[in-house]
Amino acid sequence: MAEVSYTWPAKDKTSVLGKRHDRLDGLAKATGAAKYTYDINLKNQLIAKGLGCPHAHCRITTISADAAKKVPGVVHVEILRQAGAEIEWEGELLAVVAAESEGAAAEGVKAMRDALKYEALDVFVTEADLEAAKAAGRTTAGAGSTTLEKEAGDDEDEKEFEKKEIERLLKESAHVVEGFYGIDVITHCCLEPHGSTVEWQDGKLIAHHSTQNVSGTDDQFAQPLGITAGDVTVHCDHIGGGFGSKFQADYWSIAAARIAKETGRPVKLMLDRDQELKLGGSRPSGYIKVRLGADKDGIIKVWDSEHWGTSGASGGAVAQGVVPYVFTPKNLRRVVTNIKTNCAQQRAWRAPNHPQGCAITHVAIDDLAAKMGADSLEIFKKNLGTDDEPGVGGAKPSVYAAEMDIAAKLMDWKAKWHPHGKGPAKGSVVEGLGMAIHTWGGAGHNSTCRLKIYPDGSVETQCGSQDLGTGTRTVMAIVVAETLGLPVEHIKINIGSSKYPESGPSGGSTTVGGVSESHRRAALDALAKIRDLVAAKLEVNADDLVAAGGKIVSTKDAGKSVSWKEACSLIGLKPLEVEGKYVRGMTPTTMSSGGVGGVQMAHVAVDRETGVIKMKKFVAVQDMGLIVSPKQAESQIYGAVIMGIAFALFEQRICDPKTGVFVNAEMATYKLPRLGDIGEIVVELYEPESERSRGVIGLGEPPVISPGGAISNAVANALGVRVPILPLTPQRVLEALAKTPKA
Amino acid sequence: MKNFEYATPTTEAEVLELLADGGQAEILAGGTDLVGLMKKMVINPDRVVNVMEVPSFKTLEQLDGGVVAIGATVTLDVLLSHPYLDPYPAIRHAIGGIASAPLQCQGTLGGEVLQRPQCWFYRGGKGLLAAAGRDVEDGDNRFHAIFGNSGAAKFVSSSRIAPALIALGATARVVGPSPTDEQFLPVEALFRIPRHEGERENTLLPGQVVTHVILPPVDEATSATYEVRHGEGPDYPLASAAAAIRFEGGFIKDAKIVLGQVAPTPWISHEAADAIIGYSLNEETAEAAGKAAVASAQPLSMNGYKVQLAKTAVKRALLLAAGKETGGF
Repeated sequence: MAEVSYTWPAKDKTSVLGKRHDRLDGLAKATGAAKYTYDINLKNQLIAKGLGCPHAHCRITTISADAAKKVPGVVHVEILRQAGAEIEWEGELLAVVAAESEGAAAEGVKAMRDALKYEALDVFVTEADLEAAKAAGRTTAGAGSTTLEKEAGDDEDEKEFEKKEIERLLKESAHVVEGFYGIDVITHCCLEPHGSTVEWQDGKLIAHHSTQNVSGTDDQFAQPLGITAGDVTVHCDHIGGGFGSKFQADYWSIAAARIAKETGRPVKLMLDRDQELKLGGSRPSGYIKVRLGADKDGIIKVWDSEHWGTSGASGGAVAQGVVPYVFTPKNLRRVVTNIKTNCAQQRAWRAPNHPQGCAITHVAIDDLAAKMGADSLEIFKKNLGTDDEPGVGGAKPSVYAAEMDIAAKLMDWKAKWHPHGKGPAKGSVVEGLGMAIHTWGGAGHNSTCRLKIYPDGSVETQCGSQDLGTGTRTVMAIVVAETLGLPVEHIKINIGSSKYPESGPSGGSTTVGGVSESHRRAALDALAKIRDLVAAKLEVNADDLVAAGGKIVSTKDAGKSVSWKEACSLIGLKPLEVEGKYVRGMTPTTMSSGGVGGVQMAHVAVDRETGVIKMKKFVAVQDMGLIVSPKQAESQIYGAVIMGIAFALFEQRICDPKTGVFVNAEMATYKLPRLGDIGEIVVELYEPESERSRGVIGLGEPPVISPGGAISNAVANALGVRVPILPLTPQRVLEALAKTPKA
Repeated sequence: MKNFEYATPTTEAEVLELLADGGQAEILAGGTDLVGLMKKMVINPDRVVNVMEVPSFKTLEQLDGGVVAIGATVTLDVLLSHPYLDPYPAIRHAIGGIASAPLQCQGTLGGEVLQRPQCWFYRGGKGLLAAAGRDVEDGDNRFHAIFGNSGAAKFVSSSRIAPALIALGATARVVGPSPTDEQFLPVEALFRIPRHEGERENTLLPGQVVTHVILPPVDEATSATYEVRHGEGPDYPLASAAAAIRFEGGFIKDAKIVLGQVAPTPWISHEAADAIIGYSLNEETAEAAGKAAVASAQPLSMNGYKVQLAKTAVKRALLLAAGKETGGF
C-alpha cells in the first residue's frame, strides 16, 4: 500500500493550489443559469405568504382565517398564533396563507390583517439611551468582569478595592480618554430572502431551502413534522446571501411543509422584502462609555467601560470578550447591561460580536492618539507588545506589526497622515486616515467527502456542504485537482444536498478548513489506491509514484509513467470510491488550524457643510494561513470591505420610537452602498511561510470586522471631532460638528 | 397585489375614457413607483391605465420661440442626453442624481413629477397624514418636512425634477376629466398640501392626466440643481434646491429658487431670491440666499439637520448655476 502523508505541498511545488482560478460557477451565476431557491418553481405549486404582526408589542384578541378564505384563489390558511398570544415584535408571522397565485395570497393576507384585532402593549426600541431603557424596566445585568494586576488585601472589600484601584490607575495615567461610542443594529438583508419550496413524495419531504446548513437542517424539518431526518432531503445549489442568518429550517418553512402535506401540493414560501429585514436576522447593537488611561508613551494601562445594547426581545448585548477588542490591557473593568427591545431576536452576523467590539473600542484608542497629538498607527503599534509579551490576543503581535507595515505602505500612510483635525481643507472638504485591527478563529468544521474515480478517468465528489457565494466549489476542485495532478475543470463537485456525506454548516469561517481537509484526505486516499495499481503495472514502488500533469509518474524514472486515464482503467468495472473525513479536534492534522490577524486602513473625505462622507481608499491586509485560492480569497475580502463600508456609513435598522415599527424595512430606505460609494479597495493577502505552514484557515469573517473602526477613525482624523455612533450618516456628522465649535 | 383591469390606450381620448369609467383608476407611466405601491397594497386600483403606448405623450419638440414641449412619458434617459435640454442644466442635474440606469430608462417625466411621497408611514400603510400628523410628530421624522409642516401633512414631496421645472417656469398641459377639458398650469400648481386623509398631494382631479410639460425659452437664464445625497445610489436626497437666475450687467436681475425634499410640496423660496436680486453672485451672496431660504424653517423633533442641508443646497445650486465651484462634493 502506497504511503499517504496528509500534508500540503510546498508553495513552490504546487500546480493548482494557490494559483489564480476563475470561480467554477461564475458563468452560471453571471448568466442566470444558476438556480437559487427563489428560482425553484414546482408544477402545481401554491404560493404562500405570511401575515406579519402590525404592532411591535401586543396581545392578539381576534384572529380569523375567514376573510382570507373568501378571497378567490386562496386554498389554505394556517394560523400560527392564536388569540391571547403576546407578540413581541412587529412582523412576527401570525398566519400563513397559501393560494393559487402570489396576488391571491397577498390579498388573503391583507384581508386577514384588516380583520385582525389586538390590544397594544408598551413598546421600547430606543436602546441607545441606557437611562430610558432602565426607566422602562428593560435592562438586566449582563456578564461583567474585572482584572487587575494588583490584588485586594485579605481584609479589603474586593469591589471597593477594584473601584479605588481603577481610579488610582486612571489618576496616575499620563493620558486619559473618556468617550461614548456606539453602533446600531443592522440586518442581514439577504438579497435572496429566507424561505423554501417544499413538496412531499411518498411520505418524504423534499425541501428546496435557502440555507447555509444543508446537512444540519433535515433534522430541524423532521422533528416538528413527526418524521425522521432520513425522510427529509434538503437541497440548496446556490444561496443569495446568508451571513449567519440561514442555519435554521425556520418556522415559516415548516408551516409551508405542513400546508404542502395538508393540500397535497408543493408550496413555495419566500419572505417578502420587509419580512426578510424584520425577521430574517439582525446584528446586536452596542454602545459604550469608556475611560481609558495610558502612560506617556500611549501604552494603555487601564480600561474601564460600561457597555449595553440589544439582541432583540430576549435581551443580550455585545459579548464582553471583545471589549476592548484584540488589545488586552492588564487592568480592566467591564460592566455589561442587556436590553430587551420589541424587535426580533438577533441571528449570527458575520463574525458575531467582533465588528461591534472593534467599532466601539478601537475608536477609543484612536481618540487616545488624537489627544496625544500622536500618529494613530504608532499608538496601535506600540500597544501590540511583543510575541514574548503580547499586548493583544488572536494572532501574534509580529503578524499584526508586519501587516501594519504593509498596509501603511499601500496606503502611503506616512505621507498622507496629519494630526486629527489638522489637515488642509479644500472648500468644506477635509480628509483623514484611520485604522483598526482584528482577529478570528476560523478553524475547519467536521466534513466528509465521498470521492469517486471512474474507470474512464472522470472524478467526482459529494459533500453535504454548500457554497455561500464564497467559492466553496472552486476550493474543493482545486484541492482535489492538486492532489490528483489534474486540471481544476476535470473535477465534478457535488454539494448542496443533505443526502451527501455530512459537512458542517457554513458559519464562523469554518468551511474552507473543513472541506479542504476532507477533500484532500479523500483524494490522497484514492490516489494511494491508484498508485498501488500503477505500481503493479509498471513494476515500481508505489511510494515513488506521484500524480502530476495528468499522469502517474515515477519520481525515480520519469520514463515510467501512465496517463491518468490509463491509470484509472486499472480500477476495474466499478468506480473507486473513498471517503475522506475530518473531525475537528479529533483528527490529527497539520493541514488546517485557526487564529488569524488582519489590519485595515481607511482614507476618507468629509464635506463639513453636508456631513457627507466619501470613501477614497481602503487597504485590507489579511492573514489566513495557507491560501487555497487567491482569487476567491481576494473576492471574499472585497465583499467584506464593502459590507463593512455599509455598516460604517449607511446601514441602520430604524425603529419608530412611538410604534416600534421597523420603518425602513425596504431596499429604498434601508441604505446600502453602491459602486460609487466604495472608493478604491486594495487587498493584500499575507502568506509568509510562517503563516502558510499553519495550514488552511477560514477567511469569511475576519475582513468584515475592522471597517467600522477604521472608517470612524478616519472620519475623526479628518474632522478633529468624533462622530460617536455608526453608521456615520450626514445627520450624525452634522450633529457632532454642531456640538463642537470649530477651533 | 389586488386583481385589476389593465388597459393600454393609444390615444389621449381613449385615456380619458378609460379613466372616466373604471372605478378607482391609476395611471401607469413607467411604473417604478406605482407597481411597488400596488405590491405592498398601499394603492389598490380597480383599473390601471398604461399611458406608455400613447404616441402623443411621447413627443419631444422644440416649438416656435424656443419653447420645448416634453411628452409626459418621455423617459428620463432621453432627457439626460437630448440636445433640446441643453439650455436647462437644472433638469439634467436632477435626473443625473437618480443614479440608476434602470430607473432613468424606465421612469418618465410625468411619472417622476407625480410620484407618491416616500414617507415611511405612508408606505407602511398608515395613510398620507398618519394619524393626522401625530405619528410623524411623535415618531421618527428624520426625513420629514421642515417647511409647510404645521398641518397634518409632514411628508416631503418626492419629485427630484419638479423643483427644477418650477424654477425654470415650466407649465403642465392637463387634460380631462371631460374630453374637451384642457388646461395649462404652472408646474407648482400641480402640488398641494393635503389637509384631510384621502386627499392627494397633487391637484389632479380623478380622470385628469398630465400630457406634456412645457419649458419656456431659456432667455439667458442659467440654472442648476444641487442635491445633498447620502451616497451615490438612486436613494432620495436629504435636501435639494434648484435655482434659475438671470444676470444683467454682472448683477442678478431675477431669480427663482425652489427647494426639494423639505416640504409636502416643492418649496419656492421667495426669501432666498429676494436676498440676492441686485447683487453679484459669489460665495457670500449665495450663503446669504441659503440663510434666507431657511430662516422660517420649522424642523420637527429629529430633522433639525435638514435646515443646514437645505441652506447648503440653495447656496450650492446658486454657485453651480453661476458656473462657480461649490466648495463641497
